[in-house]
Amino acid sequence: MRRVQLIVLQVLVAVVSIALWHALTTYPIFGRTLLPPFFFSNPLDVAQQVVAWFASGVIWKHLWVTLIEALLAFVIGSVGGVLVGFWFARQPRVAAVFDPYVKMVNALPRVVLAPIFTLWLGLGIWSKVALGVTLVFFIVFFNVYQGVKEVSPTVLANARMLGMSERQLMRHVYWPSALSWMFSSLHTSVGFAVVGAVVGEYLGSAAGLGYLIQQAEGVFDVAGVFAGMFVLAAFVIVIDTLVTMVEKRLLVWRPAVGEGRP
Amino acid sequence: MAEGATATARNNGQAMAVALTGVGVAFRLAGGGVYTAVERATLNVADGEFVAIVGPTGCGKSTLLNIAAGLMPPSAGGVDIFGTSLAALNRQAGYLFQADALFPWKTALENVAIGLETAGTPQAEARARAQSWLTRVGLGSFGDRYPHMLSGGQRKRVGLAQVLIRDPKILLMDEPFGPLDAQTRQIMGNLLLDLWNADRKAVLFVTHDLEEAIALSDRVVIMSAGPAARVIGDWRVPLARPRDISEVRLDPAFHELHREIWHMLKAEVIKGYAQTEGV
Repeated sequence: MRRVQLIVLQVLVAVVSIALWHALTTYPIFGRTLLPPFFFSNPLDVAQQVVAWFASGVIWKHLWVTLIEALLAFVIGSVGGVLVGFWFARQPRVAAVFDPYVKMVNALPRVVLAPIFTLWLGLGIWSKVALGVTLVFFIVFFNVYQGVKEVSPTVLANARMLGMSERQLMRHVYWPSALSWMFSSLHTSVGFAVVGAVVGEYLGSAAGLGYLIQQAEGVFDVAGVFAGMFVLAAFVIVIDTLVTMVEKRLLVWRPAVGEGRP
Repeated sequence: MAEGATATARNNGQAMAVALTGVGVAFRLAGGGVYTAVERATLNVADGEFVAIVGPTGCGKSTLLNIAAGLMPPSAGGVDIFGTSLAALNRQAGYLFQADALFPWKTALENVAIGLETAGTPQAEARARAQSWLTRVGLGSFGDRYPHMLSGGQRKRVGLAQVLIRDPKILLMDEPFGPLDAQTRQIMGNLLLDLWNADRKAVLFVTHDLEEAIALSDRVVIMSAGPAARVIGDWRVPLARPRDISEVRLDPAFHELHREIWHMLKAEVIKGYAQTEGV
């Protein structure tokens, strides 16, 4: 009952916003159009653009490129973050030496790196992947570092009393603990991988959703910009749903604290 | 009167399972001073003997247990395990912790089996033995549950199976039933005694609950309030085995001993409170 009610209300929000958008861009009020179509387009044009993209099939190529870039950024950034996070957590001296530099690089707004990456890696996918990696790496790194450091001392003592060697401790205690922290940041890191890809494309590329939006903007095709945004939003929601499914499988052993009620 | 049951295990000349001799524990304070937590504690546990340590909060009972486990070196004195000086981790001991010590990412069955698997037992055999241990602690059908899906008492049962499956010669227990409610504690106490009766390991059981200590053990050792806590009393429990925890509390001998020990313990508890309140 309540679930149905909720969905009805959620749909209502979308309907009202789109209707308002449509009305304000189409019908003049007291002789003035409050939202000039030149800047705000209108829902029909945007929908037409989206349909046209899918009908002609051009959108698939761009979605594919963005997906590949985000995926590569996520995988490379995660692997790097896990390895370095593990290394630093087990070697406090190394961590202490690198600490100021890690903080410095992490504090840097990553967008400023985009031109450098374009210069180094060209306009192809790798400059976007590199941008995504710099975003994903730090999230995963900090989480794994934390995960290894914050293993419960009791669990650790128990593992040692159960006769575990240093290698077995790694495999049965540190590793699962670090992974659980990494998975708990899965939504954030996947989101940042997409951000890296799209921003990179926007700043200079030949394909991808960011490229599509940038192209439309270049010719004042506001409908195209909005259409690109909608496709991007839908794309992110699909990915997020997939991540949630993966997460549910990987973290079955975790208590569902603060899980949002559907 | 009930000495017979334990006397067999206490042959003269046989090495003590655990022998703490003049053990002291001191911590260096940040300010430069030294805090003496335990001062020259001497304590012996014979093979097959169930010894309970009782003392006020903060008297260093758990510290003594960690020293016997080899998790922490003493600042003074020596630890001998079956006549051999203990230098590293005590490989002959199983340790049941006060806090949750199960691996949260492993199922109950995997948690119990892990101690065998790390020792090189093939997985299938380890799992089969883990299953039979789960059945022994009354959780036969809970093998695929993760720790967070179990109640506090059930987690303690899994912990008990996890430790006992490795068949340690010595069992160290740090207020293992502390966080449980009164009924569950009694049930767990009886379960422990049943399991212990099967092969009589040496047990060092730390608790602050005097009744629990008398009901379970062969000997009750009393520690004074810290700092510089010492062993100040050592009583033999004259109750017959096998015991039932809830019935043994009705025994006049139980009351007699309880009154006697409590008389001494009370003063220490008050001292302990004064210390913690005063800080």
